[in-house]
Amino acid sequence: MSLSLGFRAAVVSIALFAVFVVLWQIGTGGSGSVAQMDPEYAKRMGATATTGKSAMPGPFDVGSKIWEHLKRPFYDNGPNDKGLGIQLGYSLARVLIGYLIALLVAIPIGFLIGMSPLMNRALDPFIQILKPISPLAWMPLALYTIKDSSISAIFVIFICSVWPMLINTAFGVASVRREWLNVARTLEVSAIRRAFTIILPAAAPTILTGMRISIGIAWLVIVAAEMLVGGTGIGYFVWNEWNNLSITNVITAIFVIGVIGMVLDQILARFARLVTFPE
Amino acid sequence: MGERFISIEGIARRFPLAGGKVSTVFENLWFSMARGQFVCVIGHSGCGKTTVLNILAGLDAPSEGTVIVDNQSIEGPSLDRAVIFQSHALLPWRTVMGNVAYAVSSRWRSWGRARVREQAQKFIELVGLAGAEQKRPAELSGGMKQRVGIARALSIEPKIMLMDEPFSALDALTRGTLQDEVRRICLATGQTVFMITHDVDEAIYLADRVVLMTNGPDAKIAEIVVNPLPKERRRDDVHKHPAYYAVRNHLIDFLVARSRTFADEIRAGRSYDPRKPPELIPSTPGPVAVLSPVRAAPSIEAVEKRSGRVP
Repeated sequence: MSLSLGFRAAVVSIALFAVFVVLWQIGTGGSGSVAQMDPEYAKRMGATATTGKSAMPGPFDVGSKIWEHLKRPFYDNGPNDKGLGIQLGYSLARVLIGYLIALLVAIPIGFLIGMSPLMNRALDPFIQILKPISPLAWMPLALYTIKDSSISAIFVIFICSVWPMLINTAFGVASVRREWLNVARTLEVSAIRRAFTIILPAAAPTILTGMRISIGIAWLVIVAAEMLVGGTGIGYFVWNEWNNLSITNVITAIFVIGVIGMVLDQILARFARLVTFPE
Repeated sequence: MGERFISIEGIARRFPLAGGKVSTVFENLWFSMARGQFVCVIGHSGCGKTTVLNILAGLDAPSEGTVIVDNQSIEGPSLDRAVIFQSHALLPWRTVMGNVAYAVSSRWRSWGRARVREQAQKFIELVGLAGAEQKRPAELSGGMKQRVGIARALSIEPKIMLMDEPFSALDALTRGTLQDEVRRICLATGQTVFMITHDVDEAIYLADRVVLMTNGPDAKIAEIVVNPLPKERRRDDVHKHPAYYAVRNHLIDFLVARSRTFADEIRAGRSYDPRKPPELIPSTPGPVAVLSPVRAAPSIEAVEKRSGRVP
């Protein structure tokens, strides 16, 4: 009776998934053929009218669609028909560029705010006002000034992922234990060395938490941003397939977005574990 | 008193309070000690002992006066003055070796990796932590952590060691062992030590001189007790020395009563020169000391509780 918790949890997860798939199948399956219909009308209306089948695809439609995409992730049949891999590649590239720029900006400014009470007070009103602005509200301004839709999307990613990293870095740096700083002071450690050997490792877990929040937000925002700017990317793919009324593809994309988001989060969780120290 | 290796000259420390008032922790404090001396400071919580130590360490600056160490007035922290913190203050993301090596490489910046490790290894072995080099502080017991703190302080070969109640967080057995080792190492290296303690027995066992501080605010150095015990002392027979209980009773009397009433003594006309606090040797065991049954050694906390002064 001593099966491991992980094993039992996996059994429950699979059971829940099976129940979900069965309910989905029942919910979207047809109700049998409708009698007495003009064959010409039936031919034009398709299965939705003739068998009462829902327009919503069933789990097996989606499953086969996912399989189809997995088999050919990188095909390119022109602007409106690219493989999911290509679309995801565009989205990931935008997210990573915007995120890295945000990282390069947030960490030094976070250090400054965390180390200087003056700068903390001075910059606080700007941060408090800028932080709650929806990143998409910047989009028109970005499009107008940058005049490039792809770079505007990157800017939106930058502006949404900078705040959690900035605030967490400042908090982590400001709450480095006084005694550790005193150790550095009694050892006459220079300011630069102190920043890298005491403050950075001490604040690293907090900074990584901010980075993890940021990547999550960036991945949320990129879908919406690409719906607006269009052209390429997973967000554009979703909107394009909605316009094509291909619900199967929309569901496929939703699933893939979830998986990639999880992978990004797990990568940062791995990094966070590396820098976390037990006390 | 001989050479003035460390000379505290008229220091004061004041903190501004709300409403424009100023709180004086102490003022006009004078004290000096010779090279190689082991000095313990005893006083109640809040008397400014730690402030004095922080000023000596350079982590805090006096509002008035100066501290001169080795003929130079101190300006901030220095590698010549190593601090052993009460909370050990190890860097939790570094191993034992990493913590000690960090200090060594701060001291000798030009040293290569191998040389730094060699020096660190020497002091890790000195405090009896050989084999635990790759452990992180979280894996160590309280006593082992404090050993790392001691190894880190010693490894930079400082002129002075400053210890802020280094053993107060340890259990009695570990505390005893570490006292023995600190004493052995300091004697062997001729280390000058300034140590704050709460423990009368610790002070008697370790110190050459014991500084008694009155209660704050406005704390004073009431007396400097010269320890009559011989330099060669052993934990197991230190209490058999004829002067042991005289010293002990003197210190406890001070903590229980006189630390509080000393200001009244001065007001009542007792001559007191803050520049030269009286030095005394409580050596002659009077008949009372001999006849009175030997009391169990109370810590200051216990004494404070008994006298209704819970800090």
